[in-house]
Amino acid sequence: MPDQDLNPRGEDAPVRTIARSDVAALAAGAAIFGTGGGGAVQTEQLAVELAIDQYGPVSVISVDDLTDEDAVIVISAIGAPSVGIEMLVAEGQTDTIVREVERFTGRPMTAVMAAEIGGSNGVAPVGWAARLGLKVLDADGMGRAFPKGTMISMNVAGLPSEFAVMSDAVGNVSLLRTINLAWLERHARALTVASGGISLGAHYVLTAKTAPGAVIEGTVSRAIQVGRRLLAAADPIAALSDELGAEVVVTGKIIDVDRNTEGGFTRGSVTVEGVGPDRGRLIRVEIQNENLVIIEDGVVVASVPDLITIVDSETGEAISTELLRFGQRVSVLAWACDPLWRTERGLELTGPRAFGYDLDYAPFAPDVDGGRR
Amino acid sequence: MNDHRDLSVGIDVGGTNTDAVVISPSGEVIAWTKSPTTQDVTGGIRSSLATVLDALGPDRDAVSRVMLGTTHATNAIVRRRDLGRVVVIRLGAPAATVYPPLTGWPADLRDTVLVGSVLAGGGHLVDGFPIAELDRDGIRRALDKLEGRFDAVAVCGIFSPSFPEQELEVEALVQEHVGIDVPISLSNEIGELGLLERENATVLNAALYGVARDITTALTTVVAEHGLDAATFFAQNDGTFMAVEYAARYPVLTIGSGPANSIRGAAALSGAGDAIVIDVGGTTSDLGVLVGRFPRESTMPREVGGVRTNFRMPDILSLGIGGGTIVDVAAGAPSNDSVGYRIAQEALLFGGSTPTLTDAAATGSTVLAGRGLPPLDRSLLAALEGALAVAHDRIESAVERMSLGRTGLPLVVVGGGGFLVPDQVLGASEVVRPELGAVANAVGAAIALAGGRADRLCDLADRAAAIEETSRAAIEKAIQAGADPARVEIVDVLETPVSYTAQPTLKVAVKAAGPLAQIGHTPRPAK
Repeated sequence: MPDQDLNPRGEDAPVRTIARSDVAALAAGAAIFGTGGGGAVQTEQLAVELAIDQYGPVSVISVDDLTDEDAVIVISAIGAPSVGIEMLVAEGQTDTIVREVERFTGRPMTAVMAAEIGGSNGVAPVGWAARLGLKVLDADGMGRAFPKGTMISMNVAGLPSEFAVMSDAVGNVSLLRTINLAWLERHARALTVASGGISLGAHYVLTAKTAPGAVIEGTVSRAIQVGRRLLAAADPIAALSDELGAEVVVTGKIIDVDRNTEGGFTRGSVTVEGVGPDRGRLIRVEIQNENLVIIEDGVVVASVPDLITIVDSETGEAISTELLRFGQRVSVLAWACDPLWRTERGLELTGPRAFGYDLDYAPFAPDVDGGRR
Repeated sequence: MNDHRDLSVGIDVGGTNTDAVVISPSGEVIAWTKSPTTQDVTGGIRSSLATVLDALGPDRDAVSRVMLGTTHATNAIVRRRDLGRVVVIRLGAPAATVYPPLTGWPADLRDTVLVGSVLAGGGHLVDGFPIAELDRDGIRRALDKLEGRFDAVAVCGIFSPSFPEQELEVEALVQEHVGIDVPISLSNEIGELGLLERENATVLNAALYGVARDITTALTTVVAEHGLDAATFFAQNDGTFMAVEYAARYPVLTIGSGPANSIRGAAALSGAGDAIVIDVGGTTSDLGVLVGRFPRESTMPREVGGVRTNFRMPDILSLGIGGGTIVDVAAGAPSNDSVGYRIAQEALLFGGSTPTLTDAAATGSTVLAGRGLPPLDRSLLAALEGALAVAHDRIESAVERMSLGRTGLPLVVVGGGGFLVPDQVLGASEVVRPELGAVANAVGAAIALAGGRADRLCDLADRAAAIEETSRAAIEKAIQAGADPARVEIVDVLETPVSYTAQPTLKVAVKAAGPLAQIGHTPRPAK
């Protein structure tokens, strides 16, 4: 297959510039890393394309490129996807944040990093960088999507969040100085509610000293690369499995979607019945905002913080948890998370117990070529 | 002579054919016609109606309703023709200003439609708190500054589906400022939550007023010319119907009516309540599902002419399998190409030289169109048989996919290429081939129900009251669309939780539908 010859896995040069033509691939890849959450990417894709049309392509730098002059602002959207489709971002909403952060820290910002590469928060920072005239750091704080601000690599690395700046689409700006990330999460939620359910926030400024080891590197390039492979592939599932080093745990159809809402979070499960070579197998995927645990015959196959993404088995397009429907033909992919999440601190923050499942974490080792497909 | 005026005429203007049928109250097709769609669409509607009325003879006076499903609106958008020039007023600045109106539209369509836009202060948060005070002067000033004529105005406020009053105020303001002749589309009447998609649909609606005028005039004129004392209706994309006055205000809702009518018509012809429907044409096979009297809706956003909208459209699965599909002889499988309407010249069965799936279906002892295949060499025959087997497999897996795990649903086959569907399909209880499957679209138009939708955001604690209130709004909309107030009912209630709000919040969406008010129930006064 030609698409496999063009881009052998692991030998890709990092992306140095993001042009308009790269945005679709970034969006498709970010949706894959969203593991079912992180918000829909289509609207942010429009915004990034618009920003690049207006302000030109965006430069991408790696952690190694950072100099003592660099200051990387970590910005993300916080809020409900169902509100986010109506209350869209205001022109200047990120400028307000950057100005306030620069005022507070006394140093100019030079680059933007995504808090999470998964979903819309992995796509939007490229557009913000274009508008702000800043670079994008080829890294993020999760390597995927997670639902809580505490579930971030800087927290695992013990890097404190010393302040946060939030802005809403109306123009309100808040500077928060909470004692830790858990309090920040609580206060940021309250402010977000007051702002109508959606806001933007920055809660870290990274430097050449603090970024190494505290971020997950290369994830912007990875997302674009995965997206490119996906969009060009004749066999999208095989291409995804190859590019991600993921196991196709099952290919089948959804025969049950059980969803309920507790405390503002969706919680439920999806049952996939195997077809073709997988006929006769039943796989359950536990979902909250993201896909969290895969269970077969009462045995845990994979769980957070390892990545689980459900894709359309024909197009390979990621399906977010709120769009899972009875009868969809899907492939369930699982692959290993960044080693940072498998540390004791990482698992305490993002292991199955952090999501309320009474399960021990077992590292998922993908059987990529074993062909359970 | 019939005492009751209870016959319905359904007319479907498609890209290829214009069909018309007359349906009795018991659902029987008592007259039908099928003819190629003409350039002069009004002429096509006129002659189709004449043909079925002639077949009725004196019973023509019993026709009380004429219902039209048409692709006019879709064609106008796809071809960028006959579209009005629109001014867009968005209420909600500074929120959403990163996205100017018509972001993501194909450039030529945007240039055709957009005169100018205003991002005015106004709009609401999810909880109803104002984003900003309504900027009335700003709207007036912006209207004064516009250069070039405009035909219509589109108004879209943030969270207007939950808080519609402000859009109504702006409608009055615009009418006062530029005159009451300029038609105005309000987003809260067009679409659901999802600002850009709803705004897009509202702008398309505003651009289609001219097309709406043409098609509504065509229908009422033709009906009057025939001396029919019949009410006229338009089909919309969910298998329901709207009154002509309603179609004139919401022409965008006619988009996608074809597939919806096809599904309902096929099911009605076969007598099935729940069914899978496959419409096999020359180039594609389109599958849909009828659930509880309505086409199952797609959950994915739909594009119309390259524009994203959040319309709920029928869930259609299109396969590249049709009667004209060319067989790839080397691969022994269907190719992605079709000879389309040239099948009667190019297929082997008709003396041509292109092997098609129609030829594949004629292998074995099957005789199609009164013809048999010419003698073929062994390898070509094997390729045709292989291609037919692949086509059967793909149809079977598509049926299984659409069935959503429900076995025991009948598969209803309509369309000119129906012979490609085998008599037994795994996952379907039986394969049904209704006699008049060729005019299923027009039958679907003739039997459509009047419907209405509404949605609201509410506190979780007020759920019951909100469902009741939303249901009343949906019923009201259905009655506006022509439903019999005595027989309209709620057919769907969808609840979606909203997080990141102070109170647990719920979005409630309700659909109501009912048969049209029976004009013929009271005896007609003698003239």
